[in-house]
Amino acid sequence: MIITEKLRLRAGLAWALVALAILLPLALAATSPLLAWRGPAYIIAGLAGVVAMAMLLLQPLFALGWLPGLAGRRGRRVHRWTGAALVTAVIIHVAGLWLTSPPDVIDALLFASPTPFSAWGVIAMWAVFATAVLAALRRRLRPRWWRRLHTALAVVIAAGSVVHALLIEGTMETVSKAVLCALVVAATLWVAADPGDRAGRNRAQSGG
Amino acid sequence: MTDAFTTRRTLLATTGAFVATALPGLILPARAQGVAATPSMRGGSNNYLPGAPIVERIGGGGFWMTGTVRRAGDGAPLAGQRIQIWAHTTEGNERDPWSHGATLSDANGEFRLEMPQIVPAFGQPHGHLAYDSGDFRTVFLRPVMGSARDTSLHADFVLEPA
Repeated sequence: MIITEKLRLRAGLAWALVALAILLPLALAATSPLLAWRGPAYIIAGLAGVVAMAMLLLQPLFALGWLPGLAGRRGRRVHRWTGAALVTAVIIHVAGLWLTSPPDVIDALLFASPTPFSAWGVIAMWAVFATAVLAALRRRLRPRWWRRLHTALAVVIAAGSVVHALLIEGTMETVSKAVLCALVVAATLWVAADPGDRAGRNRAQSGG
Repeated sequence: MTDAFTTRRTLLATTGAFVATALPGLILPARAQGVAATPSMRGGSNNYLPGAPIVERIGGGGFWMTGTVRRAGDGAPLAGQRIQIWAHTTEGNERDPWSHGATLSDANGEFRLEMPQIVPAFGQPHGHLAYDSGDFRTVFLRPVMGSARDTSLHADFVLEPA
């Protein structure tokens, strides 16, 4: 009885911390004073970027089955759907920016932008798309290669996105942005550098 | 044979002297020509709308864009040069025609145009300036504000003949 209470409390606490790390920067970005001077496409583009950043924190936790209630097969299914949502968020982010200022987005995509953060974002974008292609071809890959390639791309996505976000002076509040970025790096490295392959074990244990 | 020209010491000294005299020439070739022309900046021409009208100020004002226009070589101030200015401000984004305006440099080659407060857009609080009148080579600048709270921004043009 006491043990289940404790587990429930721990589960609640874990979810609350993750929710705080995600919802606080999202809420602050959604109420940024800069939004007053931006059109709808630009506002949606910016928020899609913040949502994508939040997904980068959730993805390793889903893969690990670390979040209470989302262990094993259930966690991996949510991981796949979140991956698809991440691709969508990135497309909305770039499309909204394109509508707002086409030449700035073209510069970024051609790696000719004056702003250093653009290239990092574009690298992360291509790594997200590559991951989607890789996931589609997953059954044709050897498990070891699938894991290696997916992990390598995940590290590129996390690193690229974090540098991209930190260098931008935009709608995100700086402290909550830095905390979210630190958590994304920590969670990604936690899974990527995991010698025991917890994500793999999460798969094996539930027989999926 | 070890005459004065083939010792290691003279070889090093001669090479060293050669590098010391030749390198600055390679690194700073513009010095001999006086004031060098300003190159266009990356992204400077983004959302440029040719032919922005000369205005008293852009929109409601409150922010100052200042700068100078000089001639390449002797650095002499250039009067009456038309500088076009646009930015993402509190009153519109870079693509809005009302965010664009132009002004002329005075007898000292200086210009200043009042415009609405520039706000951070596409990651940086920045402005755009263009010299595109034909007498000199076209130059597009994209200066970045040190802080989004700044209420002025400065850009210098050194123009060379087209």
